[in-house]
Parts: sequence; C-alpha cells; structure tokens
Amino acid sequence: MYPFQYTKAKEASEATATASRQENSKFLAGGTNLVDLIRRDVVHPDYLIDVSHLDFKTIKAYNGGLRLGAMASNSETAANKELKEAYPIVSQAILLGASAQLRNKASNGGNMLQKTRCPYFMSPPFPCNKREPGSGCSAINGENRLLSILGTSEKCIASYPSDMATALTAMDAVIQTRLSDGSERSIPVVDFHLLPEDTPWKETVLKEGELITAIDLPEESKEFAENSYYLKIRDRHSFAFALVSVAAALVMESGKITKARLVLGSVAPKPWRNREAEEMLLGQAPSENLFMEVAEKALEGAKGFGENDFKIPLAKKGIVRALRIASKSEA
Amino acid sequence: MKKEEIERKQEDLWPEEKSLIEAKISRRKFISRAILAAGGMAIAPYATLAAEAIDAPALPFEKFVEIETSINGRQMKMKLDPRTSLLNLLREQLSLTGTKLGCNQGACGACTVFIGKERINSCLTLAAQIDGQEVTTIEGIGSEEDFHPMQAAFIEHDGFQCGYCTSGQIMSAIKVVENNRAGSDDEIQEWMSGNICRCGAYKGIVAAIKTVRDGNYDKSLLKKM
Repeated sequence: MYPFQYTKAKEASEATATASRQENSKFLAGGTNLVDLIRRDVVHPDYLIDVSHLDFKTIKAYNGGLRLGAMASNSETAANKELKEAYPIVSQAILLGASAQLRNKASNGGNMLQKTRCPYFMSPPFPCNKREPGSGCSAINGENRLLSILGTSEKCIASYPSDMATALTAMDAVIQTRLSDGSERSIPVVDFHLLPEDTPWKETVLKEGELITAIDLPEESKEFAENSYYLKIRDRHSFAFALVSVAAALVMESGKITKARLVLGSVAPKPWRNREAEEMLLGQAPSENLFMEVAEKALEGAKGFGENDFKIPLAKKGIVRALRIASKSEA
Repeated sequence: MKKEEIERKQEDLWPEEKSLIEAKISRRKFISRAILAAGGMAIAPYATLAAEAIDAPALPFEKFVEIETSINGRQMKMKLDPRTSLLNLLREQLSLTGTKLGCNQGACGACTVFIGKERINSCLTLAAQIDGQEVTTIEGIGSEEDFHPMQAAFIEHDGFQCGYCTSGQIMSAIKVVENNRAGSDDEIQEWMSGNICRCGAYKGIVAAIKTVRDGNYDKSLLKKM
C-alpha cells in the first residue's frame, strides 16, 4: 500500500486549510471507496485528512426542507423518519445500494464522490485516461458491460454508480460545501459531476480543498412523495451495482401529471436527467404509449460499445416500469 | 491498443503478482518497531507495519498515528502505521484471528465487526479511525465456554460448512435480529446480503437467525458442549 500520512482534522476550517496546503491530499470519511482504491493502487494520496468525526452528522429540518449532514452515515440517513416520509425515493435508493455494513460506514458526502466501477479504472496495469491522463481508454473496445451509453467521450465511457445521487438529482437536491478561504457555496447535485469530454480525470466541480458539508433537499420536492419510485436493475437481487437505475418522481392532479422528474443512474458519467423527456409527461394522463415515447426521448443519442448495448433497451423498459409504478397506473 | 496486447500486458503484470514480487524484495528491509508503554492501561504492542504495507516503502515512525481504543472491552493505546486496516490490526497485531480476511474489498463480509453498535467491514476501515471508538469482534460476543445465542443457533442449524465466513455471518446475524430486520426469510436475506457463504449454508443461516429471533435456540448449547 502506497504510504500516506494521516491526520484527524479537529474542525472543518482545519480540514480545508490542510487540504489546500498539502499537495496530493484527500479527505477521508467512511473510506469504503477510498481505502479500497488506495489498496488497489488506483489512487495514491500522500495525505489523508480524516473528516469523518466533524460536526456534519445531523439530519435536520432546514428551510422547509431537510438537510442531510455530509458525515451522517448512509444507514442513518435512509432510516430517518422525515426523509422516509417527505423524500421516500432517497431512502429507497440508499437501501438498494451496497450492504448494511457498508452503509453503516459510508457517508452522504462520500457517496457523492463514489468512483466509477469501470474494471479498467480499478486495475492499474491497464491504460485508463481517468486514472492516467493520456494513457488511453481500455474500455471502449474492452469489457464495457457496466459502462455508459450516454454522456461518453472518445476518452472515457466510465459510468457513475451512486444510487443516492441519482435519487437526489430527481429531488433537485443541493450540495453545500466549504472552501479553504472559509467561504461556502451551493452546488445542485445535477451540476456537481462533470462529463468526461477531453478531461475524464476531472470528475466534479469541487475545487482544491473544498469540503462537502451537507446535502439539502428543498421543500418543493416534498410534492413528489406520493408518486415516486426508484427502480434498480442489477445482476442479482441484492448487493450489486446497477446495470440501469431509474428515479421517477411525479406530481399528479386529477389523473394528470403536473410535475415530473426522470433521472437515470449507472448509464452515464453522472446522474442523467433529461428535461425534454420530463416535459413530455406534463399535462398528460399516464399511459403505456406515453411512457414508451418518453423512454425513447430519454435515450436519445444513446450509444452502446458492444457489451453494454443491452443497456439501451433495458433503460427504456426500466423507464416505462418506473413511471408506471410511480404514477400508480395500470398503464 | 488491441485486446490481445492488453491481455498480454495483464499476464505480465497482475497486481497480485506485482505486489508479491515487490513484497519478496522489500520484506527483508523491515524490522519490527519499538514497543512503547502507556501508564495504567493494558498495553497492546505498538503495531508494526501492517502486513499489507509490505509491498510499499516504509513510513517513518514519527508519521505513525497514535490511537486510544477499546477492543472487546479492553482499553488499549497504540501507535500504528496509518495504512493498517482494522482487520490487520485485529488479526496480525492483536492475534484476534476470529475475524477473517476474505476479499479485502468490502464485498464478502468475512471481516465484519462492530464499531460501537454498528456492524462494519473491518477490511475497509483504517485502524486510525477507531480512535476513541469501541470495537467488538467475534471473540467479544461469546466463547466456547459461553456461547452467544447466535453461535448456539448456528451450531444447532448447521449455519456453516467450512466455517470461514461464519464469524462475519454471526456478527451480521446478531445485528439483523437486534435491528428487527428478521421479519421474513426475504428480509433476512436482504439484510444479510453483505455476507457471502461460498459453501452455500444460507438455509441454515436463515434458520439460525429465525431461531434467535423467536428465542427458540437450544439453551443447553450456551454451556460448553
């Protein structure tokens, strides 16, 4: 294992200051992803700054919505009564991810920063532009069954695996951060991850030393509580990454859809929201035909790379199914 | 690069092989580290380099991390290489070998222990992170002289074959019952999915969990058999 130094930050300001001062440092929260990647020789931080104990652990009402502390565990978050009532899709998505042991350790902030499960990214002998800029992409002509069909580039087709972030995107959640100069900023989850384009190693908009402190769920998204569903399709029934996941959230009035969110997970380098597809649902009554048209629109421009071609029809069927369940229709 | 070329490259350089080769070279370089004492406490030896750290350069002793922790109710103070996983600390430094090393990547659950009241994968936990925490391992929940009900139930229902995954299964099973996640076979399976059993003793494991849930375990097994 690559040698790193470890320090336990006493407070957030110390953590961000240390991170901006120490070259090649990383924050450590639950470590369920990071420790694995260090052990596999995929990432080599010289300095780990433990932020897991910092005072961002609470889940509380905020601005009419709910604020999820960045260091609260995924388990605690999924079990939170207010979350389950007001934003059930987030709780569902968390519980469909990983195992109970991992969720106990994994933090909410860390979940946003999950790395791709691309087998080449995870295996240092192979070229990978995300891991070694300029080395090439082994996945495009390789084992790409798990990888992206949307938002890819010639440099990278990695997919982003977080179920939680996919559901949070559907809820218009906003990530709160603190920077090393003491300032704070808000980043909508939908804008948080970057597409690979020519720089697949740049994965999020976070700046050097910027620390996630909370994730806010807005009050308006409580409207979706009645008609939302997180569908996760995977190789086995439990404890597996998604092949395709669909976060579908609707507001229904007198049998018609008045608001819609449709976000796909594990098919793109980020939670994939298609606003045009969402708009097609507005003012409409649920029907099989409508959902199929919406699915076609949502997958517009999708491109398979051989092994993952099946994800395109699978995602379409997943969308129809998730919308059918969310709308509680017979469609 | 063509697929054949990548495969050849892969043949030359599996990460496991790479680390084995490097380990052979570097193992000799390492000497055990000083053992320091802390007043008034049961002293565990200061951890030497983690077993898994042998394929990489040593870290100077002054970069080691000092922690205070409780393991199975025993207070300990130690200084360790920050790379040491909790699993390695338990097995290689403290000789608590009931906790098993399986996949070492959080996928199999053989290394499951409790931190505080929660079960976690000790392989993905840096030992430095248990500073100020209470850790419980399989050795802390029962013994051959005095089984935990879940241990008794696993024996009664053949909840294992080779036994390698068993300590992790039992640690998870205890929490599944404690957290009321044992309502049905399906629920038990879902909440036990972080523990893999390659012998396929799942049927016995589920039966054992239900027995403890219902308080029907064989109490005579709680004393040494």
